[in-house]
Amino acid sequence: MKDSPAASRLVQLGFLTAAVTAWYVAGRFSVVPPLFLPPIDAVWSSLNGLIRTEEFWSAIGVTLSTIAKAYGIAVVLGVLAGYLVTRSRFLTAVLEPVISALFSIPITLFLPLFILVFGIGTASKVAYGAAYGFFPIALNTIAGLSRVDRRYLAAARALGISAFGTVRHVMWPAAFPVILTGLRIGFFIAFASVLGGETISSVEGVGRNIALSAELLEPARMYAWIVVVVAAALVLNGAVSAIENRMRGQ
Amino acid sequence: MLAARAAILAVTLVAWEVAARPTGGADLIAPPSAIAQALFATVLRDGAIRSAILFTLFEVLCAYALAVAGGLVLGLAIGSTEMARRSFYPVVLLLYAIPQVVMLPLVTLVFGIGPAAKIAFGFSHGVFPVLVNVIAGMRNVNPLYVRAATAMGAQRADIIRHVMFPHMATSFFTGLRLAMTTTLLGVILAELYVSTAGVGYFTKLFAENFDPAPLFALIGILAVMAIALNELARSVERRFTHWRTASTS
Repeated sequence: MKDSPAASRLVQLGFLTAAVTAWYVAGRFSVVPPLFLPPIDAVWSSLNGLIRTEEFWSAIGVTLSTIAKAYGIAVVLGVLAGYLVTRSRFLTAVLEPVISALFSIPITLFLPLFILVFGIGTASKVAYGAAYGFFPIALNTIAGLSRVDRRYLAAARALGISAFGTVRHVMWPAAFPVILTGLRIGFFIAFASVLGGETISSVEGVGRNIALSAELLEPARMYAWIVVVVAAALVLNGAVSAIENRMRGQ
Repeated sequence: MLAARAAILAVTLVAWEVAARPTGGADLIAPPSAIAQALFATVLRDGAIRSAILFTLFEVLCAYALAVAGGLVLGLAIGSTEMARRSFYPVVLLLYAIPQVVMLPLVTLVFGIGPAAKIAFGFSHGVFPVLVNVIAGMRNVNPLYVRAATAMGAQRADIIRHVMFPHMATSFFTGLRLAMTTTLLGVILAELYVSTAGVGYFTKLFAENFDPAPLFALIGILAVMAIALNELARSVERRFTHWRTASTS
């Protein structure tokens, strides 16, 4: 059959080869100004030089620790808020639409405020990433916990399970798949937000280095940084999917 | 329910006012009264700010129209055959997973600091949700219907128009709503990055002068614009997808 997976792999491989070849040809014969698209070999050698520098690893360290802090705060506050809101049905009915309406406002608008209040350093990126990551986690926690069958809770109470035991053994397993989706979405939103905050206004980190390379008109270096971020995003995507599948499998 | 929500809003505003008033905005959180005053005295009165806001709206609408058209055309091309879908859908999903914001310096390098960069960035953010939802929607079409239509002599265009489109409508309009959110995000990111013109210039101006009241007011106007555009997209989605749930239930 012509629609075999091998054939689609071949098409994908052909697509990738064509893209890389087009990039090479464009650089070789200066079809596109090198400022917009530097030759692929220049980007490659720039990347090779970049990963040998001290600044490269310190920028990566800054960005990773910012993402970790932002995501950690988003997870703790999001799950906690979701749990507290779903303690009462009335509160859920009142607050759930408010939280989801707030989420429809692009939080990016408030980035200048985060900078104003938390300064230009990493604290503002932590707060910005945490604020963005909070909403999907809180909304999914609410969705997961509010759909736990009331009869299970009544049964647990009748069997004399403590409040903690009910959360641990009844609510958590029932709500977990939905919350897990929120945790995944929250992670990627926090990841992109931290990079965005760094790109737009910051003094250090990966995003700042990309913006700086553009300001210094060093496109090869900028592309090298972008390649690093794209690779990191793809690796993280695969890793998060693997973790998620594993946790769902339990 | 509505009363409770209004009460929460009122309590929040009063608490905000009480907490922020004594410091007079010294800790950079302006009280609501000062924001309202700044809204009418500074932000709305300044012609340059007004035109910057209207221009942002124009950029969003241009980017959105391009994203919907581009996503629809590409989505139909990729989704129309099994082979194309299986080859390119994973590529689309991979590209969608890349945080585009890191390309922002590149976009402004190529398109300059004018509206073109903002429209391009809004487009690249908006096109993916449309594309993904069009492809996913075409997958929902029962292949038996397509085979039946082909047996009755329908051309590819007829099949897309009369068989596929009605079935992918739900997914398509969800894509339109999501695209509105992401297009807005793209345009605002570009606006904030380019701080020498447009809304980004004014947010930077107010922030650097430690003048939080007009900054809050400006952000408030843009937030209202965002909510209005979102609600518009949502009501279009409801209007065009209700028949499906209504007819099957």
